[in-house]
Amino acid sequence: MSHAELPAALHGLMAEFETPTALVRAAEQARLAGYREMDAYSPIPIEELNEALGLRRTRLPKLVFLGGVIGGTAGYALQYWSQAMAYPMNIGGRPYHSWPHFIPVTFETTVLGAALACFVGMWALNKLPQPYHPVFNVPEFARASLDRFFLCIESTDPKFDREETARFLAGLHPVGVSEVAP
Amino acid sequence: MAPPEQPHQGRVTPPVIAPGHTFRSVTDKIGGIVLTKRTPIGWFVGFGIGFIFLLVLNVTIGNLLVTGIGIWGNNVPVGWAFDIINFVWWIGIGHAGTLISAILLLFRQQWRTSINRFAEAMTLFAVACAAMFPLLHTGRPWLAAYWLFPYPNTMGLWPQFRSPLIWDVFAVSTYGTVSLLFWFTGLVPDLATLRDRAQSKGVRRIFGVLSLGWRGSARHWHRYEMAYLLLAGISTPLVLSVHSVVSFDFAVSNLPGWHATVFPPYFVAGAIYSGFAMVMTLAIPLRKFYHLEDFITMRHIHNMTKVMLVTGMIVAYGYANEAFFAWYSANPYEAFMMSNRMTGPYALFYWTLIAINAVMIQLFWFRKVRDNIVLLFVLSLLVNVGMWLERFVIIVTSLHRDFLPSSWDMYAPTRWDFAMFTGTIGLFLSLFFLFIRFLPALAMFEMRTIVPEAKMEHEHRG
Repeated sequence: MSHAELPAALHGLMAEFETPTALVRAAEQARLAGYREMDAYSPIPIEELNEALGLRRTRLPKLVFLGGVIGGTAGYALQYWSQAMAYPMNIGGRPYHSWPHFIPVTFETTVLGAALACFVGMWALNKLPQPYHPVFNVPEFARASLDRFFLCIESTDPKFDREETARFLAGLHPVGVSEVAP
Repeated sequence: MAPPEQPHQGRVTPPVIAPGHTFRSVTDKIGGIVLTKRTPIGWFVGFGIGFIFLLVLNVTIGNLLVTGIGIWGNNVPVGWAFDIINFVWWIGIGHAGTLISAILLLFRQQWRTSINRFAEAMTLFAVACAAMFPLLHTGRPWLAAYWLFPYPNTMGLWPQFRSPLIWDVFAVSTYGTVSLLFWFTGLVPDLATLRDRAQSKGVRRIFGVLSLGWRGSARHWHRYEMAYLLLAGISTPLVLSVHSVVSFDFAVSNLPGWHATVFPPYFVAGAIYSGFAMVMTLAIPLRKFYHLEDFITMRHIHNMTKVMLVTGMIVAYGYANEAFFAWYSANPYEAFMMSNRMTGPYALFYWTLIAINAVMIQLFWFRKVRDNIVLLFVLSLLVNVGMWLERFVIIVTSLHRDFLPSSWDMYAPTRWDFAMFTGTIGLFLSLFFLFIRFLPALAMFEMRTIVPEAKMEHEHRG
C-alpha cells in the first residue's frame, strides 16, 4: 500500500479469528488498549462480547412495555367506545360497559402491541434493513455467518491509526488482518 | 475427535446433537438442503400429493362461493360441524410450535433447538388452514370483514365484543401475527448465512434482501437475543390464551357438554398434545429422508413422546372430569348429554377417542415404544385422529340432541366437507414442502451454538 493513498477513507481494520474465545479476548484487549469505536461479528450470539465491548443495556424492554401499554389501552378504549358509546346494544341485560367481557380482547391487543414494538423496535435500533455496509467489502467476511469471528476497529475511533492499529491487531494472533474499504 | 464409546444397554440419555459436529458441518448439512440445485425426487412426490389436495381445496372453495354453504352437511341443530371441528383441530396443532419455540426457550430446554424452526413453520401453516374454516363458514367471506374486524364502516356497525367469537378473531389473528414475527426474526441470521453461502447471484440477491443486511454484529446480536427472549415471554401467555379463548367459544355458551369450567386448561393440553403428535409426524420422515438423525436425535423423539404422554394424561383427566360433573351436577340435561355421548349414535367415536387418547398413550411409558420410530410414527398419526375425534364428539354430540327433542337431528358430513378438510391438509403439506425446500428447516445459527466449538474457554478470567 502506498502512502499517497493514505487519506483515502477507510472504514476500519478487521482481524479474523477462529474461535469465539479468541474474539472475546481480542475485544477485551482492544478495549484495554483504549479503542472504543469497534464492533465484533460472529456467526453465533456471544454473551461475553457484551461486556468485552462495553455494550450498554438495550432500551428494547422499555419499548416493548410501552407497546404493550399502548396496545392494551387502545384495545380497551376501542371496546368501551364501540360498545358503550358508538353502538350500544342490550345483550341479555348486561351493562353497556361490561368490562369482564372486554378482558380477552384487551389481553390480545396488549400482546400484539408488545410484539409489534419488539419486532419493529429491535430492527430499528439495529438500523436494519441496511442495503450496504462496508464490512461486506472484505471477501473473508463471507465466513462471518459460518465459522469465523471478526473484530473491526473503525477509523472513527480517536485512537485509530492505520499502521499502529494494524500492528496492534496483528499482535492478537488473528488468522489475518484486512483493511475495510468504506 | 472420536466419540466416547457408549454402552448399549439403552439407559444412556441420547445427546441433543451427535458428536463430532462443527460450525461448518452443521451449516453445510442444513443449508445444503436449500442451496442444492438437485431437488430429491421424493420432494416432488410429497409436494405433488399435497398440491393435488390443494387443488381439491380450490375447487371446494370455488363451489362454496358459487353455491353456498349448503354443499356442506351442517344442519339446524348441528350448525358448527366440520368447520369448527377442523378449525379447532388445526389451531391446536399449531400450539406445539409456539410451545417449543417460546416456552421451552424460557425453560432453557436445549433440545428445542433442532426442532423449533420447522415446528414454528408448522404453526404458521396450521393457523392458515384453521383460519380458513370460520372465514368460509360465514359463506360470504367478503362480508366477514365488518362482521369480524372493528373498522369504521359506512353502516356504522361494530362487532359484538361480548361474544367469544370476536375474542377468537382477536386471539387467532394476534397469534398468527406474533408467530410470523417470531419465525421471521429467527430466520434472519440463517438467511444471512444462505446469502453468504449461495453460489448463484440471483439466489444471493433474494436471500440478501430477505436477510435485511444482517452482518452478525455483536451490537445486533445483543438486541436480537433480547428481542428473542421478549418475544418468547410474550408468546408464552399468548399461546395459553389462544386455546383458552377457543374453548370459550364453547364454555361461555349454556349448552350441556360445552358449558364446563375445565375447558380452557383441557383444551390447551389437548392442543399441545396434538401439536406434538404433528411435530413427530413431520420430524420422523424429515430426519429420515434428509438424513438429519444427527440433529433430530432419539433424545428429541423421547422428549416429544414424554410431552405427549403428560399432556395426553391431562386430556384424559378432562374426559374423566366431564363425565364426573355430568353425574355430580345432578343436572338431567348434563347427564343425558353424557349418556348420549357414551351410548348414543356417535358412541363409537367417543370410545375410539378414549381408546386412543386415554388408553393407547399409556404405551409411551415404555422405553421400547419410545425407541421404535416406525411405531411412534403410526401412534402420532393416531393421536391426531384421536384429537380430531375429540372435537367431533364435543361439537356434534352436544349439538345434535339439545334441550328440545323436537329439534333433534343426526349429522353426517358430505363429500364437500371431506374435500374441504383434505384440501386444507393439502395446503398444509404444500406449504410445508415448499418451506423445507426453500428455507432452512432447522435453525442453523442456534444449532451452531450447541456444537462444542461454541463453548467459551473461561480460564483466562479471574
